[in-house]
Amino acid sequence: MSWVSNFLTSSLGKKLIMSLTGLFLIIFLAVHLAGNLQLLAGDDGEAFNVYAHFMTTNGLITFLSYGLYFFILLHIVQGILISLSNRGARKVKYAVSNRKSNSFASRQMMLLGLLVFFFLAVHMGDFWYKMKFTDELSMVTYSGYDYAVKDLYARVDAAFNEWWIVAIYMLGLLALAFHLWHGFQSAFQTLGLNHKKYTPLIDNLGKIYSVLIPIGFAIIPLYFFFVK
Amino acid sequence: MKLKLKIWRQKNSDTKGGFHNYTVEATPEMSFLEMLDVLNQQLIEDKEEPVAFEHDCREGICGTCSMVINGQPHGPMALTTTCQLHMRHYKDGDTIVIEPFRANAFPVIKDLVVDRESFDRIIQAGGFVSVSTGQAPDGNSILIEQDVAREAFDAASCIGCGACVAACPNASAMLFTSAKATHLGYLPQGKVEQAKRVRRMVAQMDKEGFGNCSNTYACEAECPKGISVEYIAKMNRDYFSAMVGSED
Repeated sequence: MSWVSNFLTSSLGKKLIMSLTGLFLIIFLAVHLAGNLQLLAGDDGEAFNVYAHFMTTNGLITFLSYGLYFFILLHIVQGILISLSNRGARKVKYAVSNRKSNSFASRQMMLLGLLVFFFLAVHMGDFWYKMKFTDELSMVTYSGYDYAVKDLYARVDAAFNEWWIVAIYMLGLLALAFHLWHGFQSAFQTLGLNHKKYTPLIDNLGKIYSVLIPIGFAIIPLYFFFVK
Repeated sequence: MKLKLKIWRQKNSDTKGGFHNYTVEATPEMSFLEMLDVLNQQLIEDKEEPVAFEHDCREGICGTCSMVINGQPHGPMALTTTCQLHMRHYKDGDTIVIEPFRANAFPVIKDLVVDRESFDRIIQAGGFVSVSTGQAPDGNSILIEQDVAREAFDAASCIGCGACVAACPNASAMLFTSAKATHLGYLPQGKVEQAKRVRRMVAQMDKEGFGNCSNTYACEAECPKGISVEYIAKMNRDYFSAMVGSED
């Protein structure tokens, strides 16, 4: 199996890992947003809390979530390693550098990724950790269900009424938008999927995705802070 | 026109370099290299060491002239090599900063001259056709579709100047390597060895210490021959199928 390690440690193989994990995380974002939009249902969290209970107790979801954690970590570690070796490939820097030939997002993927990661740490510490590993959340039983579920909705409500948490979310989502702006089409290019007919479509889809998904996520804290 | 030049001077690869300031009198019809010739003549007359820079054909096809002008390899004009850049694009009193290409894989030899043998070694690793093709075949005896011939030729028009490496924030050689690794694979004589070629060339590229591609596309923007990043995607495809599909 030495060809596998040769392949995955070559410059193109390392990029392949970034691309595939990135695409997986892109799909995850859409699923995550779809679930979270239940927070806006106006039912005092019933749909969301039942959904959250399902997502944390279902066996298949638990299995997939381990894959998700692994891919997130792989994407982060590999991304940092690649970025550092890229920076090292030009030890003597230019005195004058021209920034017109490429975009801010494409140059700053590591910085943007790290911002998203710090956001993720705050985000998971607040919700995922409290949901899975503590008894801090109160239990509620909804009519029609014969089991009690954790009231994650109440925690979300409380968190999103803190201005500084909302601010962290806005910054994290802004970084995510820029990260996706470059990452979406870049993932396809790395896979070798560059085609005269389809690449313009992928580029445009990527730009729409990188704006719509962060806006979708941003609506939730803004709704709790300003409306509810 | 009177120009202020800030030029990187470095005695050899072992010594530390630095910027020196010069003023030169140029005319709009001069090429950039002719302007440097005027400066060098001036330096020789003043009994100073002339600025070392590389040049050969001075008609934009040899890929020898290598310098970064105000932060851009081959200067500000698109699809133009330094030798084809003319002083009419500058105006009296302009300051021009001239640096060598910067990459670990392109060490500075002297002043603006860098060692680009790393590119030669990538070509030596696989950028050739080793099957015996015999005598030149009669015209049209091997039919090649016009679109395919064009794709092959577009990639083959890479002059190997290294501007892609110089422009890339990661000093990656992907545009050069992809152009050189894919153009032969489009044609029947080169297709035979494509899997081996792409594996060997990528392995050599990695060995030379270039950075990884992060798809910023600065290479395409600065390439004097307009090589498209589509060839990078093509090389990625060829490489993945070569690695997964080969028997070793």
